Amino acid sequence: MMTDLLGLSILELCYIGASITFILGLKMLSSPDKARKGNLIAGYGMGLAIIATILFKEELTADKWLNYTLILAGLIIGTVIGTRMALKVKMTAMPQMVSFFNGMGGACAAVISLVEFDHLRHGQETESGMLLVILLGLIIGSVSFSGSIVAYGKLEGKIGDKALPAGQFINIALLILLFGLATWMVVVGCSEMSFIYALLFASLLYGVLFVMPIGGADMPVVISLLNSFTGMAAAFGGFLYGNQAMLTGGILVGSAGTILTVLMCTAMNRSLTNVIIGSFGGGSNSTSGKEGSQETVKEISVTDAAILLAYANKVSVVPGYGLAVAQAQHTVHNLEKILEEKGVELTYAIHPVAGRMPGHMNVLLAEADVPYPKLLEMEDANESMNSVDVVLVIGANDVVNPAAENDPNSPIFGMPIIKVWNAKNVIVLKRSMGKGYAGIENELFFHSKNRMLFGDAKDSLEKLIAEVKNL
Amino acid sequence: MEELLSLFYENREFIFLIIVSVFLGIEVISNVPAVLHTPLMSGANAIHGVVIIGSIIIMLQADPRNYYALILGFLAVILGTLNVVGGFVVTNRMLEMFKKKSK
Repeated sequence: MMTDLLGLSILELCYIGASITFILGLKMLSSPDKARKGNLIAGYGMGLAIIATILFKEELTADKWLNYTLILAGLIIGTVIGTRMALKVKMTAMPQMVSFFNGMGGACAAVISLVEFDHLRHGQETESGMLLVILLGLIIGSVSFSGSIVAYGKLEGKIGDKALPAGQFINIALLILLFGLATWMVVVGCSEMSFIYALLFASLLYGVLFVMPIGGADMPVVISLLNSFTGMAAAFGGFLYGNQAMLTGGILVGSAGTILTVLMCTAMNRSLTNVIIGSFGGGSNSTSGKEGSQETVKEISVTDAAILLAYANKVSVVPGYGLAVAQAQHTVHNLEKILEEKGVELTYAIHPVAGRMPGHMNVLLAEADVPYPKLLEMEDANESMNSVDVVLVIGANDVVNPAAENDPNSPIFGMPIIKVWNAKNVIVLKRSMGKGYAGIENELFFHSKNRMLFGDAKDSLEKLIAEVKNL
Repeated sequence: MEELLSLFYENREFIFLIIVSVFLGIEVISNVPAVLHTPLMSGANAIHGVVIIGSIIIMLQADPRNYYALILGFLAVILGTLNVVGGFVVTNRMLEMFKKKSK
C-alpha cells in the first residue's frame, strides 16, 4: 500500500521530530512557567515515535498477528498500570516512584539485550562490535534496574541500610569480574546463553550491592546517577538499531542526568567517587564524640513558641524530610498565613538537598500553594539570617548541623548548611532526639539559642496555629 | 580489533551525534533552578523511556514462532511503557502544582 521508501522517510521524520521534542522538553523543564508544557511536548514526541515505529518500521504482514497483538497488549497493560501508579502516589513518595519507573526502563534495556544476544548467536557470524554494544546495554540496564529497585525499597523503608563487611572490596571485585567477563565474551565471540545469564546475574547483583550500603542522605545522588545509567542503556539500544530517537533521547538523559548528579554532589560538597564508594554507609564510624558529654536540651512549650513567633518581625522556616513524612506542607502554609496576618514576615530557607531529592521541598511547598518568592535558596537565606528573629526547623536535621562546619571528623564535614544559629532564636520541631538520615548527632540541639518542640510536625504546627490564633 | 575499528568507522556519524548530544544535554540542563530539580529528574526519566522503541522493533522483527523473543519482547514492551507513561504522568502531576501557583 505504501512504498518502502516513503514509509521509512516518514519514520525518520518522526524520529527527528521526537528528538526535537526531547530537547525542547528538557529545555522547557528548566523554567517554572514552561515546564509543564515541556513535559507534555516531550510526551507527544514519544507517542509519535512509538506509533511511527509500529506503523512504518517493518512491513505489516498478516502472519505476524500475534506480534502485533502482543505489542498492543503490552502498551495497554503498561499504560494502565503506569498511569494508576503515577496518579495514586503521594507527593512525599515521589522520589521512590521516579526510582521505580527508572528501574523499569533499565529492565527494558536489559531484556532487549537478552533478545538481541539470542538473535545475534543465531546469525551467520558473531559481530564483535554489536556484541559489545549488546553486552554494555545488558550490564548498564541491569545495574540500573536492580539498583533502582533497591533505592525504591530503601526510600519506602522496606530495606534498611546494610553494609557488607568488606563491601567495597566485593563491589570492586565484582565490577572487575563484570567487565572482564564482558571483554572476554567480545574477544572470543562467545555465543553461549549460559554466559549471558551469568553476566545478567552478576550485573543485577552489582546493582544491589552498589546501592545497598549508600546512606539515605546520598539517595538523591544515587537516583540521579541511575537515571543517567538508564539513559546510557537506552542509547546503546539506539546504537544497536541505528535509531536516532533512542540515541538522542538516551544520550541527552545520560549527560543531563550526569550533570544533575554532579550538581547535587557539589551541593553536598562531596565527590562522586566518595558517594559511590559510600563513606556514609560504609566505614567511618568517626561520629563526633558527643556520647559522654551529653549537654542538656532545652524544651519549649507550644504557648511559648507561639508567643515567640507571633511577636517576631522575621521568621524563617527550614523544612526537611520530617515535613514531608508528616504531610505538614499545608499546615505550615496555614501557619504562614496566620503569622502574616499578624504582620510577621515569613520566608522559607530551602537547602538544596533537604528531603530525599533536590527540590523535594520546593515540590512539597508548591503543592501547598506557597508562593515562589517566599522560598529562599540557601545562600540568600544564610545572608539574611542575622536579621531573623525566630527560625523554625521542621523535620530537618543534617542540613542544619553545625558539625558540617566545625567537626572535620563528621561524615558531613564540608557540606554547606543553613546557619540557623545566626538567628536570634531557633525552635526545632522534631519527633524525638533521634538522629538524621546521615545517622549523626546534631550539636545544634544543644546550642544555647535552640529550643526543642517535640512531637509530630503536623500536630505541633496545628497546636501552634491554634495558640497563635488565641493571642 | 579490526571489527572494533570497523564498528567505529561505520558508525562515525552516530558517534558524532552522541558527542553533540552529550554537550547539548549538559547545556540544556546547566541553568535549571533548584526548584525544578525533582520534576526535571522525573521528566528526564520519562524521556529515556524511549528505549521502548527497541522493544517494539524486537516484536516487529521477531519470527512469530520464536517464543523466546516474543515473550521477552512482550515483557520489554510492558516495562518500557511503564517507564514512559508513568514517567510523564508523574512529572505532569508535579508540574501541575507549580502551574496552579503562578496564577
